[in-house]
Amino acid sequence: MAAITIAEVSKIYHGNVEAVKSVSIDIEDGEFIVLVGPSGCGKSTLLRMVAGLETISKGTVTIGSRVINDVDPAERDIAMVFQNYALYPHMTVYDNLAYGLKNRKTPKAEIDARVAEAARMLEIEPYLSRKPRALSGGQRQRVAMGRAIVRKPAAFLFDEPLSNLDAKLRVSMRGEIKRLQKRLGTTSLYVTHDQLEAMTLADRLVVLNGGRIEQIGRPLDVYHRPASTFVASFIGSPAMNLVKGQIEGGNLQIGLYRIELGGRAPVEGPVTVGLRAEDLKLAGVGEDAMLFQVDYVEELGAQRLVHGSIDGQALTIALSPETPLSGDLAVTIAVDRLHFFSPETGKRLERGTSFAGDAPVETHRLETAS
Amino acid sequence: MYRTKIFDHVILLLGVFIMVAPVVVAFMTSTHEAADIHRNGLSLSWGGHFVETYQTVLTREGGFTGKITGFNMMLNSMILGLGFAVGKIVLSMLAAYALVYFRFPLATFFFWVIFTTLLLPLEVRILPSYEVMNTLKLTNTYTGLIVPLLASATGTFYFRQFFKSVPDELLEAARIDGAGPFKFFIDVLVPLSRTMMAAIFIIMFVYGWNQYLWPTLMTTDEGFFTLVRGIKQILLVWVGSNIPDYNEAFALAILAMLPPVMIVVIFQRWFIKGLTESDK
Repeated sequence: MAAITIAEVSKIYHGNVEAVKSVSIDIEDGEFIVLVGPSGCGKSTLLRMVAGLETISKGTVTIGSRVINDVDPAERDIAMVFQNYALYPHMTVYDNLAYGLKNRKTPKAEIDARVAEAARMLEIEPYLSRKPRALSGGQRQRVAMGRAIVRKPAAFLFDEPLSNLDAKLRVSMRGEIKRLQKRLGTTSLYVTHDQLEAMTLADRLVVLNGGRIEQIGRPLDVYHRPASTFVASFIGSPAMNLVKGQIEGGNLQIGLYRIELGGRAPVEGPVTVGLRAEDLKLAGVGEDAMLFQVDYVEELGAQRLVHGSIDGQALTIALSPETPLSGDLAVTIAVDRLHFFSPETGKRLERGTSFAGDAPVETHRLETAS
Repeated sequence: MYRTKIFDHVILLLGVFIMVAPVVVAFMTSTHEAADIHRNGLSLSWGGHFVETYQTVLTREGGFTGKITGFNMMLNSMILGLGFAVGKIVLSMLAAYALVYFRFPLATFFFWVIFTTLLLPLEVRILPSYEVMNTLKLTNTYTGLIVPLLASATGTFYFRQFFKSVPDELLEAARIDGAGPFKFFIDVLVPLSRTMMAAIFIIMFVYGWNQYLWPTLMTTDEGFFTLVRGIKQILLVWVGSNIPDYNEAFALAILAMLPPVMIVVIFQRWFIKGLTESDK
């Protein structure tokens, strides 16, 4: 159990390729941090630097009170779960769990006790004498997690552990990882490219793009106040609609349509406007509305995604399946649900005064049970 | 469909016949008396002298000095074959381990240097090798017989390809589990390579067992004679009106064939596994 401090860490590969650019993250003791981003954003590299599988080019990583830049991976007091499980194929499940402990000269009785405890927690007791080959993907992933748990490390590192599982199993394993982490209260660093996984697991998530941190925040903060167009389009499904707009005299102009901002315009001039699919509503009678030309509809069961365009700019709207669809739609959006970004830098533009609807929704970290 | 099946079997039977017939002829001929063979040539019938011939071959003290029996020769061949196979596996595994898992400058270059020696058969370096062994006074020793031939490009190549196919995460997991380079090799790589080792073992055992030129050169003491040399020794007596002991030569040939055949039969399953599938 320990806090992890990543301070201005960079990874420079041979040939001056900078995969991670001066990243700093403070991870509290017991916190579940998810690193999320598209492939090649440096998230795995960062994790592997914490694990000690890659050298740290610049900056320092501290686990507990120790700077571990030059510490051997085995001495860092961490455990890692790999995407392809990386179980030792020739060892039984028991030996897989026990191997790390044996190498640390743990007494036999202690090993037995810890393996039994981990096996019970992960419900893999019936398979202890089997080889990994005889297990399903989900069971193998449990064993891989068991191998991490038995060590009782200061931190868990997860490298896309659920990517090789099928969709249904992924959801249940996701829940299990979360439950387990809360129960053990072990500081965790989790890498994924799946924004849904990131949203559901994280106490705080770190959105990475091109080796830089785009945003650090609690999932709902990131969802409701994305710091850039990148975050806006990456977090949330469907992705946030981004359309071109213009602010003139305090009013927003999107194509033909003018929306009154009520004196809280962030800037004057061109802006990128972000609209969440679920924030766009069908306009009631007599309301100011924009004409939404329907292109095609995706039925999700609980939701219906309508793809189309407003004045030539593509958008997606999430509607309830009960809503009757008849040709083109008249849609409207609450002013306080609009997001503004600079068209040049993609950075979020804050509005002059914040008001209720714009405030981040508070999420409380669940306290560690027992 | 049915017709092609018959055709397939005809081909297979033909293959089996071509492969097995000479062995059968040799075995049958070996049960006749030397004089019969000299008169009638090869034979397909049972000669009825099986026990005598094979007993003689195995126990008679032959050669010029009369201190080597067929059984001793078999033992020598076995030492040579096993020494070859085991030594080559150990050496080439270690070489491949270094090439794949340790970053040192020019690793690829060194690999290709090793690899190109595949093109050079033993015969190319037989004189310098002999010279070295002679200077070290290792002629007429098992060490001299085995050690100079242990470096194996084939083995190194196979193990290198195999190690490269082992996922990197396994090494990383082992590192985090506190296994150093030596532990990783012994605890993970060696057990994973079992099928590969069996495959290489067969190839190298047969190779060592069948060595003729190198033992001939290295050992003058008849106590070190191998089976393969023994066969030739029998035929060497053809001087004057002596009839060579054809039956004994055939019997020795059959005996010389047995251990490699047994090794292949025993390890066959592993052999195929090692060369075709990877146990990861």
